[in-house]
Amino acid sequence: MKDFRYIDGAAILKLDREACIGCGQCVTVCPHRIFSLTEKKAEILDPNGCMECGACSRNCPVRAIYVNPDDGCGCAALLIARWFNTLIGKETASCC
Amino acid sequence: MATSLTWRDHLGTIGARSGLCRNNYKLIPGLYCTGTPDPDSPVLATANYKLSFDALRKELTGIDAWILVLDTRGINVWCAAGKGTFSTAELAYQIQQARLAERVSHREILLPQLGAVGVCALELKKTTGFKGIFGPVQASDLPRFLNSGKIADEAMRTITFSLAERAVLVPVEICLLWKPILIALLSIFLFSGFGPEIFSLAAAWQRGVTAAATTLLAVLAGAVATPLLLPWLFGRQFWLKGLQTGLIAGLITLILFSKQAGLLAGFGLFLWSISISSYLAMNFTGSTPFTSLSGVAREMRRGLPFQAGTAVLALVCWVAGAFF
Ligand code: SF4
Ligand code: SF4
Repeated sequence: MKDFRYIDGAAILKLDREACIGCGQCVTVCPHRIFSLTEKKAEILDPNGCMECGACSRNCPVRAIYVNPDDGCGCAALLIARWFNTLIGKETASCC
Repeated sequence: MATSLTWRDHLGTIGARSGLCRNNYKLIPGLYCTGTPDPDSPVLATANYKLSFDALRKELTGIDAWILVLDTRGINVWCAAGKGTFSTAELAYQIQQARLAERVSHREILLPQLGAVGVCALELKKTTGFKGIFGPVQASDLPRFLNSGKIADEAMRTITFSLAERAVLVPVEICLLWKPILIALLSIFLFSGFGPEIFSLAAAWQRGVTAAATTLLAVLAGAVATPLLLPWLFGRQFWLKGLQTGLIAGLITLILFSKQAGLLAGFGLFLWSISISSYLAMNFTGSTPFTSLSGVAREMRRGLPFQAGTAVLALVCWVAGAFF
């Protein structure tokens, strides 16, 4: 997103260009237009724009993309619950 | 505004979570239609969140189409996809239940782009024979998408977060927050009662009203002003953005109450304002479509200790203020 930027260097998004078959699915689904195809391979254009929604990795046929899993909606309440439950050794369900 | 409700927003979570705002937000899953579709008409999939469905139907006025409604427990597409209820398996199940293969002659199903978080088009093809085609992010672009040979341009594929889109989230945030706010208010009245006479009901009421007003002002700063002013507040971390609105709320509080409550107690109210506002702003990251969980975790490691520290200091000042 051009008009909204979040913390640089935080999002965890990895692409294995060797494994990529250039199908373009990640380019299609990303709502932040992070990818483009160059020489029939995907390329990460804007790693800091990623919100870790996981749409790209879910739709990659060869699992060439890794995204930090977000099993909720990325909110503070979820993280607090998760940290707290780790302290007392419990599993955390997702938030909303 | 109705269009921005369509594919994503947190309103669905009200229906799912908050007893206060519960309403009939669910729709029975299955196959619906708009206009008079025939076997060649397009099929669109959506969540069984009533507002999404209604808005989708409105956008499709004049178009003949099938609408396949998945069981997402009344939650909108985006949240449901993240949670895994708007999923490949659920889609496959509804396709089978609706006997879609017998009703339409083609083998294509249009999915909201944000549904890609939960649905893998390739897997869908493998399990059902239906080809998943990702449509635009906004339902309002659907007519244009359908008329242009099902090709979405960059703008249609890009998520936005306009003032109107942020504004719809505000009542939702408040709605989800009523419980913690109520608990905070009750404890505030309790803390306000402590004083030279150990505990005084009169003081609990009198000082409590002041502190409660401060709290509500801080909630306004953190959960209303911060989302609305988001692009104009400095910095990228939300706890810092909330700190700025909280500072203003705190200064207003100081001007209004420090004379009657005393300087020490007034300083407590000021700290309380920035703590609450900063926390609520940080919590808003859950409703924005551009914050990554890794980033939220990073800012929380700084924001939380700050908020907890100022809150404790605020309480100390507030209670001590009753003695001086
Ligand atoms: S995780 Fe989401 S935002 Fe990040 S690159 Fe993938 S699709 Fe884009
Ligand atoms: S979805 Fe996977 S295989 Fe297809 S272009 Fe993207 S990275 Fe390459």
